[in-house]
Amino acid sequence: MPGKLKAKIVAGRHLPVMDRASDLTDAFVEVKFGNTTFKTDVYPKSLNPQWNSEWFKFEVDDEDLQDEPLQITVLDHDTYSANDAIGKVYIDIDPLLSCEAATVISGWLPIYDTIHGIRGEINVVVKVDLFNDLNRFRQSSCGVKFFCTTSIPRCYRAALVHGFVEELVVNEDPEYQWIDRIRTPRASNEARQRLISLMSGELQRKIGLKVLEMGGNAVVGYLQCFDLEGESGLVVRAIGTACTLDKLIPGTESKETLPSSSSPPPFSPSKPCSRQSSSSDTDLSLTPKMGKTPPPSSPFLTLYFFSDPVYFQEFPFFTLTCFPPGFLVHIGGVVSARSVKLLDRIHNPDEPETRDAWWEEIRQEIKSHAKALGCHAVVGYSESTTICEEVCILSASGTAAMLNPRFMREGCLDAGGSEHSCGFCHIPYDEFNMPFPAQLTYCYHCRRQKVPDVLFTTIDLPAEAAVTGKGCLIQARLCRTKKKAQGEVNATAISNLLPFMEYELHTQLMNKLKLRCMNALFGLRIQISVGENMLLGLASATGVYLSALPAPGGIQITGKTPSDLSYDQHISTMQKRINDTIAMNKELYNIHPLECIEEVVGSPIPDRQRSRLFRSTSESSDELSELDLSHGKKDAFVLEIDDTDAVEDIQSLLTDAPMPAGFYSCNTEVMPGIYNWTSGLQMFTSVRVYRLSNANLTNQGLNKIFTDLCENLLKSLYFKLRSMIPCCLCHLNFTVAVPEEELIQVRRHTPKHTSPILYIFPKNILVRSGENEEQLQFSMELFSSSERCSPLPEVRSRSLRSTRSLPCGAPVTVVKMTPLSFLPRTRIVKYLGIINMFFIRETTSLREEGGVSGFLHSFIAEVFAMVRAHVAALGGNAVVSYSMKECVFMENPNKNQAQCLINVSGDAVIFVRESDQEAIPPLIMSGQPSTTGADGTT
Amino acid sequence: MSVELDVFVVNTTIMDEEVYQLWLDGYTVNDAVKVRMEGGVLEGCDASAEVLHSDTMDQYRTFQMCERLLHSPVKLANQLLFQIPPHRQTMLIERYYAFDSVFVREVLGKKLSKGTKKDLDDVSAKTGVTLKSCRRQFDNFKRVFKVVEELKGPLVENIRKHFLLSDNLARDYAAIVFFANNRFETGKKKLHYLTFQDFAFCAGQLINNWTVGALGESLRSAFVFSDNMVEDMDVDLEKEFLQDLKELKILITDRDLLDQHKSLVCTALRGKTKAFNEMEANFKNLSRGLVNIAAKLTNTKDVRDFFIDLVEKFIEPCRSDKWTAGDMRLYLTHYTNSAHVLDTFKHQVVWDRYMGVIKSCILKMYHD
Repeated sequence: MPGKLKAKIVAGRHLPVMDRASDLTDAFVEVKFGNTTFKTDVYPKSLNPQWNSEWFKFEVDDEDLQDEPLQITVLDHDTYSANDAIGKVYIDIDPLLSCEAATVISGWLPIYDTIHGIRGEINVVVKVDLFNDLNRFRQSSCGVKFFCTTSIPRCYRAALVHGFVEELVVNEDPEYQWIDRIRTPRASNEARQRLISLMSGELQRKIGLKVLEMGGNAVVGYLQCFDLEGESGLVVRAIGTACTLDKLIPGTESKETLPSSSSPPPFSPSKPCSRQSSSSDTDLSLTPKMGKTPPPSSPFLTLYFFSDPVYFQEFPFFTLTCFPPGFLVHIGGVVSARSVKLLDRIHNPDEPETRDAWWEEIRQEIKSHAKALGCHAVVGYSESTTICEEVCILSASGTAAMLNPRFMREGCLDAGGSEHSCGFCHIPYDEFNMPFPAQLTYCYHCRRQKVPDVLFTTIDLPAEAAVTGKGCLIQARLCRTKKKAQGEVNATAISNLLPFMEYELHTQLMNKLKLRCMNALFGLRIQISVGENMLLGLASATGVYLSALPAPGGIQITGKTPSDLSYDQHISTMQKRINDTIAMNKELYNIHPLECIEEVVGSPIPDRQRSRLFRSTSESSDELSELDLSHGKKDAFVLEIDDTDAVEDIQSLLTDAPMPAGFYSCNTEVMPGIYNWTSGLQMFTSVRVYRLSNANLTNQGLNKIFTDLCENLLKSLYFKLRSMIPCCLCHLNFTVAVPEEELIQVRRHTPKHTSPILYIFPKNILVRSGENEEQLQFSMELFSSSERCSPLPEVRSRSLRSTRSLPCGAPVTVVKMTPLSFLPRTRIVKYLGIINMFFIRETTSLREEGGVSGFLHSFIAEVFAMVRAHVAALGGNAVVSYSMKECVFMENPNKNQAQCLINVSGDAVIFVRESDQEAIPPLIMSGQPSTTGADGTT
Repeated sequence: MSVELDVFVVNTTIMDEEVYQLWLDGYTVNDAVKVRMEGGVLEGCDASAEVLHSDTMDQYRTFQMCERLLHSPVKLANQLLFQIPPHRQTMLIERYYAFDSVFVREVLGKKLSKGTKKDLDDVSAKTGVTLKSCRRQFDNFKRVFKVVEELKGPLVENIRKHFLLSDNLARDYAAIVFFANNRFETGKKKLHYLTFQDFAFCAGQLINNWTVGALGESLRSAFVFSDNMVEDMDVDLEKEFLQDLKELKILITDRDLLDQHKSLVCTALRGKTKAFNEMEANFKNLSRGLVNIAAKLTNTKDVRDFFIDLVEKFIEPCRSDKWTAGDMRLYLTHYTNSAHVLDTFKHQVVWDRYMGVIKSCILKMYHD
C-alpha cells in the first residue's frame, strides 16, 4: 500500500450546453483510478459549475500509480435517460512520483472528447503521498526521472552514464477487436487512448526498473514510439540512456569546475591509468604518432579497453545527441541497419518475443558496423519503423564513436571543454586497414592526426567543434516506384529496392554537401516509408564546414562520349552553373576557410570520394551483402552526364531554391555559426497531404514531384515567417508517409482513386529570430568572451513577438513549446516531469468542420492547448524537447468522416530569463489565480 | 497532383493584420488572395500564388475558429485553445467590433430584429459593404444590445467591461444600443446629411443628461432604492423628467412670458450678428418649436421623431435664413440664459437640463 492519490474537483467553465431547453447543463464529475470511482454532486443549471468537492482519496500500489492515468469524466446529469458524457481528462500521475519533479497538479485542464474536441475546462488539484518502498523485489520504479531531452538536462550533472535501456510491450489494438463492430466510435477511441496510456505507463515503469538495476536514477533521451500494426496489434516501445544525475545547486553552475574533476576520482583506486585517460583526447593527439601506430592501439587506449565498461554492455548505445565536453573521443561515421519483416498477429501479448528478437537482430548489426569502424559505441542512436499493410521496415541508425570511458566509470568530469578541439574528427579506425576506402589527410586543426575528407553523423554539432561559416539544412529526396504485391513477394521487392535507395540518397547528400562547399553532416536522419506502389526516402541533415576537415572539392561533369561539339557545350554550361552555385553558396554561408599554404598531404581536393556511411539491409533473416558505396573505381565528383541518373542528380542539385535572405535553417538543435539568439521563439507544425493524379508515374516524374513538394513547403514556411526575419528554423524535422489504401478499406472507405497520397509533415519546427550580419559580428565577440549569459545591451525588437510570459495579470500562463532542449537566453531551473500524451480525434461531420484541413487544424491546435494546460498545471512555463512523434490521418470524404491520432512528448520545465534576478521564478504561480492553496504536503 | 490538406499551426498564434481585415471585410479566400497579390505582398519573396493561397486559408481558418471566442471577448482571455499575446487579443477584439460608418448609419435606430437582418442584402447593395461583413456588424450590435439590456449600471462602462472595447468604441456602441432601444428615426431623407458621429454625439448627450443614470451616483442609488426600478437606467429616458418637461409649455402659452423672453434675447443679440433681423422675426416660431418638442417627449412616438423634429422645427428654418454656426451658438446661449431672468418662470432646473442637451445637439447637427 505504498501510495495515496488525492484528487479534488474545484470547478468547471465554458461547458457546452447539454440541455437545449434551458440552454444550460447539469454537470457532475466522475473521478476514476484503477477500479475505484468517485462522483461529485450534480451542479445544476450552470455552464460554469463550482463543485468544490472533497478530496477523493485512492489508496493504491505504486506500480498502479506508474501505469494508470487518473481519469476524470465530466457528465451531464439526466433524470430520465442515461447521463451524457461531456468529455474526459486523463492525467498522468508520473511527474508527482519523483520528489525532484512536480509536487502538485493544479489548474484548468481542457475537457476533451474524441468526437467533439475540447468542450470547456475543469479545474482540478491532484497530489500523491508516497511511502517509500524498500522492497528489493518491487515491481515499481517510482522516482526514476525521465527526460526526452537528448543531452544531459540543464541543471543536472551526469555523475555516471550507465548505458542503453530498451523495452517494448504489445497488445491487441482495440480498434481491430470484434467488439469494435458493435460499440460507438467514441467508446472505441477512448478504449484505445486508455490502452495506450496504460501501455506507456507500464513501459516507463519497466524501463525504470532496468535503470534501478543498473544503479541509475534517470533516463535521458527517452524515445517512445507506437507501431500501429493494424490487425496484428499495437506495439509500444522505448529506448533511452540510463544515467545517474546529480542536481546542480543553483549558483554553482558547471562553469566553475567542480573539485572532483581535478582531484583523483574516489572510486577508482585500482586504475592508475585513469588519470591519464582523463586528460582525454588532446593528450593523445599531441603524442606524435608516426607511421604505423594507428590511434586505437595507442597504449592508453589499449588500457582502457580492458577496463572499459562500454565493452561489457550488450549494446553500447547512447540515445544522446549532445554530450558533456570530453565525452566524445572520436567519431567514426553513421551506422544504420534496416530490416524488412512480415507482420503476423501477436499471439501472446505477454511474451513479445518476436518483436524483441527483431530489434535485437538489428542492434547486433549496428554494433558490428560500429566495430568495423573501429568504434566501441554508438551515439545519437534511434530506432523507427514504417508499416504498410503486413510489411514492416525496422530501421536503426546512429553514429559510431569512441567515448571516454571515464564517464561510465566515474562520472562526468567537468573538464573545461569550451575551447575548440578537433579530437572528435580524428579517425578511430586503423589507417592501413580501413573498413572502407577513404581519403585521409592530416587534421587541419592540429596537423597531427588523420581526418577523413567528409564526416556524416546523427548527433548534434559538438560544442567544441570549430566551424567555418554557417550551417544549412541539406535534404535528399527520393521516390521509387514498386509493383503492387502481397506478403513475401512484396517484402522481397522492398528489400531489393532499399539498398539502391540508400545509395542514391547518400549520393544526393554528398553532392549537395559539395555544392554548398561543406564537409560534414550533423543530425542526419534518413526516413524511408513504404506505400502500396512506391517507396519514399527523405534524408535531412545539417551541413557544416568543419575547420578541422579538408576543404571539399568541386563537382566535375564529364561526358562519357565526348564526340560532338554541342554536347560538349552543354556540359560546359552545366559545369559553369555548378561552379557559380558553389561560389554563391560560399558567400551565402560565409565559408572562407583559411587558405592552406603548405599543402602537407597533397591536394586538399581529394580525387576520390568515399562514403562514411556503413549500412546493411536484411530481409527476414537473409543478410544481403554489404554495399560498397564508393562508386567502385569511379570518381564520385565526376558526374557522367550520359546516364539519366546523373542528369536527374544535376537537376535536383540545381533546383534547390536558395533560402531567402534573413533565413537560416537546420535540423539540429543549434545552428552552426550563429550564436546570438534572442528569446523570441515560435514553434509550429505543418501538415500537407497531396494526392497524386496519376499512379503510373515514372521514377523521375515522381522524384520531381516529391522534390517540388518539399521545396514548396519550405517556401511556404519562409513566406509565412517573413515577418520574423532575421530568423532561423531550427530542428526542422520532416516526416513523410504514404497512407495506404488497405487501411482506408478497413475504415470502410471506398477506394475510388487508386492514386497514392503523399503525406508530408514537417513537425516540431522552431523559429527563432537570429540577427543580421552586422549584429552577428558584434555579438560574436561578446559571446566568445563571456558565455551565453552575457546580456547584450540592446533590446531586441523581436522580443515583442515572443510570447512574453507575463508575471501576473495574464489569466492564462503562457507556455512556450520548443523541440530544442533549451530556451535561448533563459535558464531552466526545474524539470517537472515528462509529458507523453496520446489523442484520437474523429469526426462524422467533416464538411461542417471545414473539411480535412479545418478538422486537422483544430485538432492540432487542441493538442497544443492540452499540452500547455498540463504543463501549466504542473507549475511549468515551457515544454522543451517537444516532439510530435506520431500523426496518423485517415479520411473518408464520401462518408464525411475523418480520424486522426497524435502522440506528443516533451519535458515540462520552469525557466527564468537570464536577465531576471535569482529570486523566485515569477511564473510558477501566475497561472491559476483561482481557488487552490497549493500546500505541499507531500 | 493536388493538395488535399494543408495546415500550419503555431504555438503562439500568428495573425496577419491585413488578412484579418480582409476576412472581416467579408472577402472570400480567392478575393483576398487577389487583393494581397495586388498589394505586392509577394514582392521580394520567392513564393507563388499557391503559397499565398495556402497562407490565406490558414489564417482564415484560424479566424473562423477564433470567431466563437470573439463573441464573448472575456472568454478570449481565459480560453486555452489559442495562445495569443494580450496586445494581439486587444487588436482582434477591437477590429472585430469595429464597424463601417456607412453601414451603421443604415441600421441606426432600427429594431435589431430578424426582420432587419433579412433586409441586410439591400443594405449591402446600397452601401457596398459585403453581406458577410454586414451580418457580422449587425450581429455585433445585437449581441452587445442583448448583453447590456439585462445589466445594471452605466452603459458605456458595461459595454467596455463585457466586450473589452476601447473607450471610444464602447461609446459608439452605447449610442447604437441607445438608438436601437429608443428607436429614434434616423432614416428620413431630411436626416441623411447627418453622420453616425453626429448621432453618436447626441446619444452621448442624451445618455449623460436625460436618463436615470445621468442623475449621478448618489441620486441614482436613492432613486433606484425608492422606485425599485433597477434596469435600463442608461438606456431609457427618465420618465419623471419627461413629465416635468410639459411644464415648460408656459414659455409659449403665456404671451407675456413669450414677449418678455423675446425682448431679453433680442436685446442681448442686437448688433452682434448679421442675422439679427431673421432671428427677431422667427423668435416665436423657433421657441414654439423647441418647447413643443420638449412637451411632447412623453409620447414614445414623439421620442422617435426627436431628431427629425429638431431638424424640421429648428435647424431648417435657421438654415434657410443663412445663420452661421456662430449665430446659432450665440442665439442658443442667450435663448437659454434669458429664461433665467424671467421671474414668473419657475422651472429653471428642468430648463437647463433640457436646453443643455438641445444646445449641444443642435450645434453638432447644424452643418451641411
